[in-house]
Amino acid sequence: MPSALHSLLQNPAIWRGNEQARVALPSIPTGFSELDRELPGGGWPRGVISELLAERSGIGELSLLIPALAQLSQQDGWLMLIAPPWIPYAPALAARGIRLSRVIVANTVSDKDTLWAAEQSLRAGNCSAMLAWPAAFNEHGLRRLQFAAEEGGSFGVVFGETSRAALSSPAPLRLRLGMRQDKLSVKILKRRGSGVMPTLWLDTDKPHGAMLQHTAKILNHGGHGGKAGKADLSISMGVA
Amino acid sequence: MLWAALRFPDLSLQLHLRGGASCGPMVVQEASHRPRVLSCNEAAQKAGIKPGMLVSAAHAVTPQLHIRTRDPAREATALTGIATWVTQFTPTVSLASPNEILIEISGCLRLFGGLRPLSGRLRAGLAELGYRASVVLAPNPTAALLLARDGIDTSIGDRHELRRTLARLRLTRLDQPAQTVAMLAHLGVHTIGDWLSLPRDGLARRFGQGMLDEIDRALGLLPDPRPPFSAPARYSASLELPAPVRETEPLLFAAKRLVLELTGHLAMRQIGVMRLKLELGHAHHAATPVVLGLSAPSRDAGHLVTLLREKLCTVQLPEAVETLTLVAGETRPLGSHNQTLFADGRPSREARWRIIEHLRARLGVEAVHGLETFPDHRPERAFRKTLPGHARDTSSDLHRPLWLLARPAKLRPDESLPGTQRPMRLMEGPERVESGWWDDFDVKRDYFVARDGAGTKVWLFRERPDGQDWFVHGIFA
Repeated sequence: MPSALHSLLQNPAIWRGNEQARVALPSIPTGFSELDRELPGGGWPRGVISELLAERSGIGELSLLIPALAQLSQQDGWLMLIAPPWIPYAPALAARGIRLSRVIVANTVSDKDTLWAAEQSLRAGNCSAMLAWPAAFNEHGLRRLQFAAEEGGSFGVVFGETSRAALSSPAPLRLRLGMRQDKLSVKILKRRGSGVMPTLWLDTDKPHGAMLQHTAKILNHGGHGGKAGKADLSISMGVA
Repeated sequence: MLWAALRFPDLSLQLHLRGGASCGPMVVQEASHRPRVLSCNEAAQKAGIKPGMLVSAAHAVTPQLHIRTRDPAREATALTGIATWVTQFTPTVSLASPNEILIEISGCLRLFGGLRPLSGRLRAGLAELGYRASVVLAPNPTAALLLARDGIDTSIGDRHELRRTLARLRLTRLDQPAQTVAMLAHLGVHTIGDWLSLPRDGLARRFGQGMLDEIDRALGLLPDPRPPFSAPARYSASLELPAPVRETEPLLFAAKRLVLELTGHLAMRQIGVMRLKLELGHAHHAATPVVLGLSAPSRDAGHLVTLLREKLCTVQLPEAVETLTLVAGETRPLGSHNQTLFADGRPSREARWRIIEHLRARLGVEAVHGLETFPDHRPERAFRKTLPGHARDTSSDLHRPLWLLARPAKLRPDESLPGTQRPMRLMEGPERVESGWWDDFDVKRDYFVARDGAGTKVWLFRERPDGQDWFVHGIFA
């Protein structure tokens, strides 16, 4: 009886596990449409701390954020990179569409300084993104960051180890990142709006939104730089 | 014309007290063989000390009395500091030694929203600087001064009211020889009212034109020119703490007094400060300098104090601090803010730099930087650190990793990245980089993109022509 079942499911009192509340949260599109669909507000949330727990450093946790950072760099605010594990490589950032004049790197000597700098940046309200790589942090430190993010309405990301996944956290969005068959796996550990938490498989080399933007730029320029231009065009054809 | 007289009745005491929130009983003595108390603070008054008392007697009353000797030179410096601060309200400022400042305010009344808001701002501002003043408004400077000396906190607008008020004023307030005033007192002439009821020609003959002129100036019958005060080009001021301290907050309390004075000076000149030095003076050691460098000119006292707090938290003091000296270094033009008609919610240009300066104050100037690309084929030289926010926006279409290792990590041929067992798979390459034979950094390498056993994309190179070792130079992340 599909029609009877269908009409039963129309009852507003029934909530299905794979649905999540669609809420109008201020957010920034991630550049990955699969991920946008699963995040409440349809993107990285502003005004809260997001916790990204990676199995190992360097598996693609920064690539996941690059399309959003490229968008944010078009605005006035700073992109703060606090205590990054290695040197953020300027030519690569520029190649991915990030305006370097917005990027600020702050190196610290202790986690105390890292968390302090993160808190100040979130609270200041003129940083469009704050990314911090503390070596270790606790719930109390994260709660302070969460308050600061709420106050400044900023987009803040704290990177941590997957061992933290079992611990409780005040961060409203928590993702666990892993790598299987050369693809980045994104497991949503916690989000606003609840529902069943899916695992996504993303190809961080080909963010959807960012690539289209990049292609448009090349088309406008009328095919510069021979080989590179052609390669980008062929990808865009594939998507279209 | 409307003049305000700012009179600081116990300036000699206040300049010792302003450096601290509270202090025990303190008196200022004159410099003499058997010194007497010139002025004393509330704590001393409560203990029973009165001005005019012998200092030895006061000391007997309260053994823990702080005694300072009056120093006219320092009072003059303090008065100059206040005058400098006042110049942000009006350009017409004149000093009346030893402890009065005259300012002409009719020109700036409208800017500050009228008499009451302006005098409110003056009083509040002076209180923040740590000074107590009586403020008297009158149509000419002499009248304002005379009324201020009488201790009347008043504001007189029209000529008839001025005449009535001045008529009650005692002649002892005038800048005339005590002998003349005493002689007049013998004749029964005590107030300006009494003086005005006598015939002018006779008074001029007996007591000279000078006294007649002073009273005429007060009444507005004669012009009353005043020597203009011009603020020093560079700001530098010091302050003595009431008691030696080591803690950050009391130091900041005192430093804030100086910073506020400085911001008044900067506002008058329409400049902002780029470098600021606070010297913490000790009794036995050389002064500890605290230097602030700013990314953008500023004259926001709150911001400067925040930066000083971060610096003071990290500074190592050899011993307690007794004096503070604030010196403004490099300055840049900084216009005043135009308020937007429709708030667009965007932070102002100056506000954008605050967070940078705040971070630099604690983490160090070198630790906070921007990044830009540099046209060089060698990966290590293809980027440069810049001043925050000064990077050029460039684009690039090279396939480069997001992370670069500060120094390439050597790998054995069978080895993989730490934490994985399986070997590398080469995916792209080689990309040959040969450059730099002309300077000391010669690079001859073949670069490859590879995936390690766990799937992480890395950037490898091998030295040419015959290098056997592999090095990881970047991570695509």
